[in-house]
Amino acid sequence: MRLARHSYSTLRSIQGPLLFVEKVIEARMGEVVTIAFPDGREAEGEVLRIERDTVLIQVIGDSRGLDLDRTRVTFTDSIKRAPLAAEVLNRAFDGSFRPIDELPMFVPEKWAPVSGLPMNPVARERPQEMIETGFSTIDGLNTLVKGQKLPIFSCAGLPSRELAAGILEHARAKSAEGAGSVVVFVALGLAFHEYAYYRQTLERLKGDYVAFINLARDPVVERLLAPRFGLTVAEYLAFEHGRDVLVVVTDMTNYCDALREVSTAREELPGRRGYPGYLYSDLASLYERAGRIKGQPGSVTLLPVVTMPEDDITHPIPDLTGYITEGQIVLSRELHQRGVFPPVDVLPSLSRLMQRGIGKGRTREDHREIANLLYMHYATGRDLRRLEAIVGREGMSEADRRMLEFAAAFEQAIVHQGEARRGIEETLDASRALLERFELLGAA
Amino acid sequence: MNGRIIGISGPTVSVDLQGLRLYERVLVGEAGLMGEVVRLEQGRAVVQVYESTRGLAVGEPVEATGSQLTVRLGPGLLDTMFDGLQRPLAAMRQEQGPFIHPGGAAASSAAAQPPLRFVPAHKVGETVAPGELLGHVEEGELRHPVRAPEQGGAIERIAEGEVPAGEPVAVLAGGIEVSAFHDWPVRLPRPYARKLSRFEPLVTGQRCIDFLFPLARGGSAIFPGGFGTGKTLLEQSIAKFADVDIVVYVGCGERGNEMAEMLDDFSELTDPWSKRPLMSRTIVVVNTSNMPVAAREASIYTAVTMAEYYRDLGCHVLLLADSLSRWAEALREISSALEEMPGEEGYPTYLDSRMAEFFARAGVVETADGKVGSLTVLLSISPPGGDFTEPVTQACLRNTGAFFMLDTDLAHRRHFPAINWFQSFSLYEQDVSCHLEEQVAAGWGELRRETRALLQREQGLREVAEIVGTEGLQDADRLLMQVTEDVRRRFLAQNAYTEDAFSTPQQTHELIHSMIEGYRGASAQLAKGEHLEAVLRKVRPAKKQAAAAGGN
Ligand SMILES: Nc1ncnc2c1ncn2[C@@H]1O[C@H](COP(=O)(O)OP(=O)(O)OP(=O)(O)O)[C@@H](O)[C@H]1O
Ligand SMILES: [Mg+2]
Repeated sequence: MRLARHSYSTLRSIQGPLLFVEKVIEARMGEVVTIAFPDGREAEGEVLRIERDTVLIQVIGDSRGLDLDRTRVTFTDSIKRAPLAAEVLNRAFDGSFRPIDELPMFVPEKWAPVSGLPMNPVARERPQEMIETGFSTIDGLNTLVKGQKLPIFSCAGLPSRELAAGILEHARAKSAEGAGSVVVFVALGLAFHEYAYYRQTLERLKGDYVAFINLARDPVVERLLAPRFGLTVAEYLAFEHGRDVLVVVTDMTNYCDALREVSTAREELPGRRGYPGYLYSDLASLYERAGRIKGQPGSVTLLPVVTMPEDDITHPIPDLTGYITEGQIVLSRELHQRGVFPPVDVLPSLSRLMQRGIGKGRTREDHREIANLLYMHYATGRDLRRLEAIVGREGMSEADRRMLEFAAAFEQAIVHQGEARRGIEETLDASRALLERFELLGAA
Repeated sequence: MNGRIIGISGPTVSVDLQGLRLYERVLVGEAGLMGEVVRLEQGRAVVQVYESTRGLAVGEPVEATGSQLTVRLGPGLLDTMFDGLQRPLAAMRQEQGPFIHPGGAAASSAAAQPPLRFVPAHKVGETVAPGELLGHVEEGELRHPVRAPEQGGAIERIAEGEVPAGEPVAVLAGGIEVSAFHDWPVRLPRPYARKLSRFEPLVTGQRCIDFLFPLARGGSAIFPGGFGTGKTLLEQSIAKFADVDIVVYVGCGERGNEMAEMLDDFSELTDPWSKRPLMSRTIVVVNTSNMPVAAREASIYTAVTMAEYYRDLGCHVLLLADSLSRWAEALREISSALEEMPGEEGYPTYLDSRMAEFFARAGVVETADGKVGSLTVLLSISPPGGDFTEPVTQACLRNTGAFFMLDTDLAHRRHFPAINWFQSFSLYEQDVSCHLEEQVAAGWGELRRETRALLQREQGLREVAEIVGTEGLQDADRLLMQVTEDVRRRFLAQNAYTEDAFSTPQQTHELIHSMIEGYRGASAQLAKGEHLEAVLRKVRPAKKQAAAAGGN
C-alpha cells in the first residue's frame, strides 16, 4: 500500500491507445491509472508492462486529444475492480460500467477484481442439469447444462441475433431450485440498430437481467473490459446470491479483433492471422469462468456468439474457442437460405456435457435413444444428398430415397420452428413421431 | 539473499538479485509467489513466475531460496490431485475456498498426510553406509525404500510400524534425521542403471490401438487432433483401462469441468486389472487453461518426475498429458515475454530440443537397485485449425514411437475413437506382435494384415460407390463393404460411455476373428453361387449393436 497517490506528466510517447510514462516509482502490474487530458477530460488506463521506471499504459477509452506535455497520469495503487450489489439487476451499463439507462449508479456493496480468480478444479461441480432453451436442435440434440460454455458459431448474415434473443427470452433451468435465473447480456462492438433490437428483447424479459453494452462507436479497449465486468457480475450473482446466471456474449469476434488491435499497438509478435500468441489463454480466462461450485447453489453458464470470418471454422477465433468450450452450435448458410430457423446444422454441432444432463430423471428416458437415431439417420440422409447430386433420385434405391426424405422432413419438422418455443417434451414427442413415421424407431 | 523487482512483463519479472543460478527458485513479491530463474544478465535476472503477476509492484522484495524447483517424492502421492507445482488442490480448497488465490497456498505438506507404516531393515546401534537401505514404507502393495543420507553413520533411533508423516523414520549419529520423503529437481531426469530395449505390450483396452497400432511399455505415442476429435476421452479411457501399475494424468491447459468429470468418474471405478479403486493407482496434475501459464510449463515436469519416481520403484508407469500443445504455447508465451528471437510460428527455437529431452524420459530401465520399471508417455496435441504440419506435431513426430491421427471427419460421423486407420502408425507393431501371438492368440499378425487389406480395399470401393451407388458394385465387393462397415462400427469404434469402452486383448481378438472368419465363409459361399442377399443376411450384425456403436 502506498501512502500518497503518484502523479506524473513525464510521458515519453503515445502510440494509439498506449502511453509510455517515465520516471515512475513503484507501479503495479494491472494497476488502474487516471489520465487527465489537456482539455480537462479524464479517462482510465491500465498498466501493461513495467521496465525499471518506465511504464506502459493502455488507455481505456478514447485517446484522442492526449499530448506529451500537459497530460497527467495518476496511479491509484489498485487493480481494475467491478462494483457489486444486488441493485445491479435490471440495469444497463457501458463497457466501463457506467449506467446508460438514465438511472443513477447504484451504491456498491463491494468491489471485486474484474479478472476473477481461477476456480479450484476440485471445488468444481460436474455440470449435469439441463437448461431448456426452447430450441429443439439444442435441447433435443445438443443439450445445454448449467455451468457449461457452449458457443454459437455463426456466419456473417445468419440470424445469430434472433437465436441469441430467442435464448435470452426462453431459456430456463429445468430444475429451478434456488433463487431463479438471471441473464447477463454483454454486447461487444454492436451496431446501433442491433442494440435497439436487443434492447427490446431485454425489456420483454420476464426475469432479471444485467446488460453491458459496448457499441461499435465506443472505445475498442472497453470491448476487452465489458465481458470481464459481465462475468464478474455473473460470478457474484451466482455464487453469492445463488442465482443461475446465463451469460450471452455477442460477438466474440469483435472482442478478438480488439485484442489484436491492442496487441499490434504494443508491437507484440503476431501469431496466426495477426492475433497474439496468447489468444488461447486470454479467451480461456473468460470462457473458463463458467461453472458451478460443489455444495453451493448458483451457476454461470456461458453462450458466446462467434461470427466465423469467411465462414471458416478453422479461423483462429472459432478454432481456439472450440478448443476451450464444451461443444459448439453451428449455424448453416444453406439451411438459412432454405428458410429454416434456427438454421442449426446438427452434424458439426455438439454439446459435450449432454450425456449427464439427459435421460431418466433429468429429461426423459428415451431422450438419448431418440437423439442418437435422429443424428444417425440424418447423417445418412445428408451423405446421400451427394450421391443424389451425381446419379439423380431415380438412380437410387428405394431405401436410399426414403432416407433422403427423412433428412428433408427432419429439417422441416424438427430443426425448423420459427418463432415458436418448444419445450423438451414437445421436442421429444415430435422427434418420436417423425422416427415412427419413417419406421425407424422400433427397428433399431 | 534479498533483492527487489525492477520490471514486470507478462508472466516474467526482472529482479536485481545478485548471485542467482539458472533455474533457481525464488520467492517474488510481498505474497511470496513462486518463480524460477530463466535468464541471467549483468545486474539483473529474469524470473518466470508461477502465479498471476497482476498486482505485483516494482520495488517489492524478492528472495532467493538456493534450491531449484523440486517436487516432494515418497509415499502418499497416489489418489491425489496436484496443481502444476505439486500443491495438493484439496488442501488448497480447504484453506482458500473454491477459488485459487495467488501466493498463500502451502506446498505439499507431509504433516497433513495420514501416518506411514515403516518396516526397518536395521536396528538401533547398527551402522549404515551412505545410501544403504534403512527400511521401507509400505503403501498398499508398494514399498518405498528409505536410504541413509550421504553421511551414513550409526543408528540412534529407528521407527517400526506407524510413524506420523511429518516425523523422521530414523535418526543417525549426530542427530541426522532421515525422512521418508525427498525432494528432486523437476528438470533433472532421475538416474537409472541402464535403459533396456524390451518391448512388452501395453494393453490400452482400445481395440483400434491394441489391434492395429499396439503400444509398448516404455514407449511413447502422440495423438494429434482438432477440437472435439476425442483426445481427452481417449486419454481418459486409456487412463482408466491401461494395464499398468501407476497412472499419472496431466490436465495441461485444458478445461476445469473436464477435470471435475474425470474425478467424478474415476472415484467410482475400479482398475479392471487389479480390481482396486481406480484412484488408488492414479495421480492427477492439473493446470486448467485459466490457471497461470508459467505453471503450465512446469506441470509436465512435475508430473514426469513423479512418474519416474514410481518407475524407480519397479512399477510400470503411464504418463498421459492433455495437451502438449498447451505446454508448448506456455513456452512460447514465456519466450516472447523474454523477447527471445522467435522460430517457426513464434515458438522458441529450442522447442524441438526441449521436446526431445522430454520424450527421452520415457523408456524401460533397470533401476539403480536392479529392478525393472517402465515409463510410457502418451500425449495429445491440439494443432491449430487441425493442421498437422504445425511445429508441435512435427517436432513430436520426430521423437515418438506411435502416432494416432485423430480425424475430424470420423469425429463428425461420431466414429470414436476417431483414429484414422490409414495415417496412423506404431513403430512397436513388430516387436509387440510376438508377445501378443504368444499370450493372446496365434495368427494375430496375420489377422491384422488381412483386416488392413480389407479396409484399404473398402476405401477404393467407397470412392467408386460415391459415383455409381452401392447397387452398381459387384457382389463380392458389396459383401466386402458390408463386412468392413461392420468392422468399423462394431470393432474399431468404441463408445466411451458404454460397457464397450474396455476390451481385453482376448475379447478384441475374438471379435475381429469372428468377423474375418465370417467374411471368409461368406466369400466362399458367394463363390459357390449362393445369392448375395442370403449371404449378407448371415454376416449382417444384430442391428441394435450397430446403433449403439454409432450413437453419440
Ligand atoms: N470414445 C468415445 N465415445 C463416445 N463419444 C466420444 C468418444 N470420444 C469422443 N466422443 C465425443 O466427442 C466429444 C469430444 O471429445 P473430447 O472432449 O475427448 O475431444 P478433444 O479432442 O479432447 O477436444 P478438445 O481439443 O477441444 O479438448 C465428447 O464430448 C463426446 O461427445
Ligand atoms: Mg480435450
